[in-house]
Amino acid sequence: MTSKNSKRFDDVRPGEALPELAIPITTTLIASAAIATRDYFPGHHDMEAAQQLGSPHVFMNILTTSGLSQRFVEGWAGPAARFKDLKIKLGAPNYPGDTMTFSGEVVRTDAASREVEIALKGKNSMGSHVTGTATLVLP
Amino acid sequence: MAEQEWMSEVRAKVGREYGRVYAWDEVNAPMIRQWCEVMGVDNPLYLDADHAATTEFGGIVAPPAMLQAWCLEGLHMNNYAPGSTDENPYEVLKTLEAHGYPSVVAVNSDLSFERYVKLGEKLYYTTRLDAVGEEKTTALGTGYFVTLIMSFFSQKPEGDEKVGQLLFRVFKFRPANVPKPVEKGAAPAVPKFKRPKPGISDDTRFFWEGVDAGKLLIQRCTCCGTLRHPPAPVCIKCHSFDWDTVEASGKGQLYSFVVMHYPEVPPFEHPNPIGLIELDEGVRLIAGLVGVKRGEIRIGQRVQVEFQSFDDGELTLPMFRPVAA
Repeated sequence: MTSKNSKRFDDVRPGEALPELAIPITTTLIASAAIATRDYFPGHHDMEAAQQLGSPHVFMNILTTSGLSQRFVEGWAGPAARFKDLKIKLGAPNYPGDTMTFSGEVVRTDAASREVEIALKGKNSMGSHVTGTATLVLP
Repeated sequence: MAEQEWMSEVRAKVGREYGRVYAWDEVNAPMIRQWCEVMGVDNPLYLDADHAATTEFGGIVAPPAMLQAWCLEGLHMNNYAPGSTDENPYEVLKTLEAHGYPSVVAVNSDLSFERYVKLGEKLYYTTRLDAVGEEKTTALGTGYFVTLIMSFFSQKPEGDEKVGQLLFRVFKFRPANVPKPVEKGAAPAVPKFKRPKPGISDDTRFFWEGVDAGKLLIQRCTCCGTLRHPPAPVCIKCHSFDWDTVEASGKGQLYSFVVMHYPEVPPFEHPNPIGLIELDEGVRLIAGLVGVKRGEIRIGQRVQVEFQSFDDGELTLPMFRPVAA
């Protein structure tokens, strides 16, 4: 387990940075995660099909980016955190051979609801693959 | 510019609701476990029945980011689970395709959750075509942003229950660069973004050679001793052509700065802080700033040079880092 210790609302302050998470992007990750999210679009597992679409290689699907974003946020927050939302916007594609590095910080806390909003970004060598926010309820 | 006639067909569908699309499988532990395995998610809430039993859910729940995956059609396009609507919630994409916008990329996925879903729940979603934007041209090409809002429900004997919502936006476009068919077996050319290299002339070569050797060299007039930067062939004070160099201490202060926020230019830091540094020797130079916190950059801040290597050693640049006064 990365962390069985959950963040508690009282320990979190706006401006707190999440630990960075670097994820090597491989053909295997892109293809297997596309299938794990039930996305069989050929551009996510068949390089020749991707190239026919004008893409240099297979590229990560948005459902995988959502999954990895969830992993990044809950890796910091721990298993007692509950997601209220997870909103992402894609930019530069994730191609094999690259590395995506997540960074993030707490941008808002609300004591009444114990909600914490995280702003996240996943960068690869071409720029931002993903930017987004997640709202969590913490114990 | 007036829109094409056929777009009225698309516009007329905005706001339309589309019927149910059912999940092929109920929420189940094997698909959750495999999703977690691939994503690298190790939260026991999704994987460890004993742990999950101690939570408010009383058992394993699905990772929230899996919500959309449950209801995708799978291997065969448009092969939706039995009972699903015959309408195609994506029909406007087909209309756009028929009018010369063949490519599609997903742009936004905004998931919100009413609650987590448990093992055994049977899900479906309904779709509303929320918006079709004006024709836009982006780096990818020209086309339309299409926004769908999908509402996810769990089937319950006592009345179906909403579990979450997804705002899904795609860009349906005509590619700016018509893709060239790639030769079979050709090596994939995944773009690599590198820092631009300096244009080096006979006047500036000493500076960049110095940087490669970890030295910050400043031009000095051998006639009157005046230092000058950026490098130039003639002394700005006495007009002599004779010069040598001195190695600067690399210490100085921030004379001015700018933080580039937009556009984001890979592979530079974003936002990208750039300083005008006044060296203790008296000349000023422009360089990237490192180790600065947003909102904490101050004019007059003491800085120290450090030499950073980029692009696998192809390029060395002097960068400046704040130091204690």
